[in-house]
Amino acid sequence: MSATTATPVRRKGFGLGLLAWLAGIVFFLPIAWMTLTSFHSESDAATNPPSFAAPLTLDGYRDFFGSGGGASPWPSLINSTVASLTSTLLVLVLALPAAYALSIRPVKKWTDVLFFFLSTKMLPVVAGLLPIYLFAKNTGMLDNIWLLVILYTSMNLPIAVWMMQSFLAEVPVAVIEAARVDGAKLPTILARVVAPIALPGIAATALICFIFSWNELLFARVLSGVVAETAPVFLTGFITSQGLFLAKVCAASLVISLPVLAAGFAAQDKLVQGLSLGAVK
Amino acid sequence: MTATTAAPRAATPVPTRNQPSARLRAWATRAPLLPALIFMIAVTQLPFVATLVISFFDWNALYPKARRFTGFGNYQQVLSDADLRHSVWTTILLTAAVVLASLVLGLGLALLLDRKFRGRGVVRTLLIAPFLVVPVAAALLWKHVLYNPEYGLLNGLLHYVGGPQPDWISNTPLLAVEASLVWQWTPFMMLILLAGLQSRDSQQMEAARVDGASDWQIFRHLTLPHLRRYLELGGLLGSIYIVQNFDAVFTITSGGLGTANLPYTVYQSFYQAHENGLASAAGVLVVIGSIVIATFALRVVSSLFREEVGRA
Repeated sequence: MSATTATPVRRKGFGLGLLAWLAGIVFFLPIAWMTLTSFHSESDAATNPPSFAAPLTLDGYRDFFGSGGGASPWPSLINSTVASLTSTLLVLVLALPAAYALSIRPVKKWTDVLFFFLSTKMLPVVAGLLPIYLFAKNTGMLDNIWLLVILYTSMNLPIAVWMMQSFLAEVPVAVIEAARVDGAKLPTILARVVAPIALPGIAATALICFIFSWNELLFARVLSGVVAETAPVFLTGFITSQGLFLAKVCAASLVISLPVLAAGFAAQDKLVQGLSLGAVK
Repeated sequence: MTATTAAPRAATPVPTRNQPSARLRAWATRAPLLPALIFMIAVTQLPFVATLVISFFDWNALYPKARRFTGFGNYQQVLSDADLRHSVWTTILLTAAVVLASLVLGLGLALLLDRKFRGRGVVRTLLIAPFLVVPVAAALLWKHVLYNPEYGLLNGLLHYVGGPQPDWISNTPLLAVEASLVWQWTPFMMLILLAGLQSRDSQQMEAARVDGASDWQIFRHLTLPHLRRYLELGGLLGSIYIVQNFDAVFTITSGGLGTANLPYTVYQSFYQAHENGLASAAGVLVVIGSIVIATFALRVVSSLFREEVGRA
């Protein structure tokens, strides 16, 4: 925007830049405060007015990881990791061929199929929760992490199909044709031509699926018990106040959010495309 | 999706002379699609059909022998139950308030971030962060760390200016839930609207500026019409996610103080009250509500999609 170089406009630009910084800081403040509190002792964490300069300690984290005799978060962290990684992998295995059949070698009426996938995403989770619960109860799948894997796969598959369809459609058809003329077989074309172009998009898709699976609460809460408890379900243990426990809550929230923050920032550029189901680039 | 390459290649013409081989080929094209399609139908559509069937039965899980067909009895009961009607109202209020507030805030932030300034990348990262906190963790953060009347940050900061020390969750329970959701969803709206702003036609804007149009005129007559569909998209997708919200209501108020929305009510009526039939009827009502929103959402998505494909 060339207009910003004029002096009065630049002063206004400076003011607006400052405003943007202010907004950023206000939005980040709760997270900054949560981080600081997680490093305070419990008695310093619960003061009014807040003690900003209290000495730092790792007690909150030690307490969260079970030194205080509470339940260890490790089983739930491991369950969440298994559920999120496995379902993401399953999503990729199912979505990649589907996206191929919707972009590179499209079936007839491919847009209809694409919109069918999207419409399933608009069906609320509660629509099928009870039958799934009854099914799980009658087949002994209750409190089983693999049931969550299947449900998370169905939750993320439409997003993945939409995203990957758009990424695969970016592979120029001329290049594929040229490779075919040169006698390359399908696996070679996929590995040498399609994969290099589509790989960053596939990685972003995987990260977004991982985030949604990691965050999920309702299915996990209803369908898991002691064995298959996931990290968000573990966090629900902190809903009722338990005396001085702020530092521990902050440490727990932060540790459990860390994989999502990491995956989110890694996928930052493609985040909006995934969240809008591929409608916005 | 780049505009030039978004459209899939037209299907290669299938030879019609040899019928069986043509059919075989069509199936070979379809084959990669089938696992995903079958999986989705089995895991999402079948349970919904089951919900629909159960919703016509009077069925308490504690008395399975007493199960019987009641027709629309459950729906009548759901619609005449004061608590359930209240939860319908809560759902509408919660969704509308959160979506509107986060859209307005998101628009403001997107406009601020659309300009060049020092540290824009850092500010963008700071603003996205709330969306990347696990929802339950975010709700816990607001409940215990910010709202707590004795040592929460909000009252701590109010203390400095000699302000009152309200009990936020007890005084304004629904607003407390909404504020935490607005904090999480504003970044989402901002990202979508920012993408919209950055897809504006810069030559057209430049021409308007040369012709002497003011910033407000450009915003009102060029930016806003262009953003309309992005606003619609953000609003509709936000509605679809927030209508289903369970985490914040469950964590911050446990559905108490009149904040129980429909998903929470459905959860409660079968998980705690074991009323399978009633829960299913309420679930079907949630679906009907979502279908109304989703119809509009699908229309917006498909118009954006057609435009991109059409430009190819």
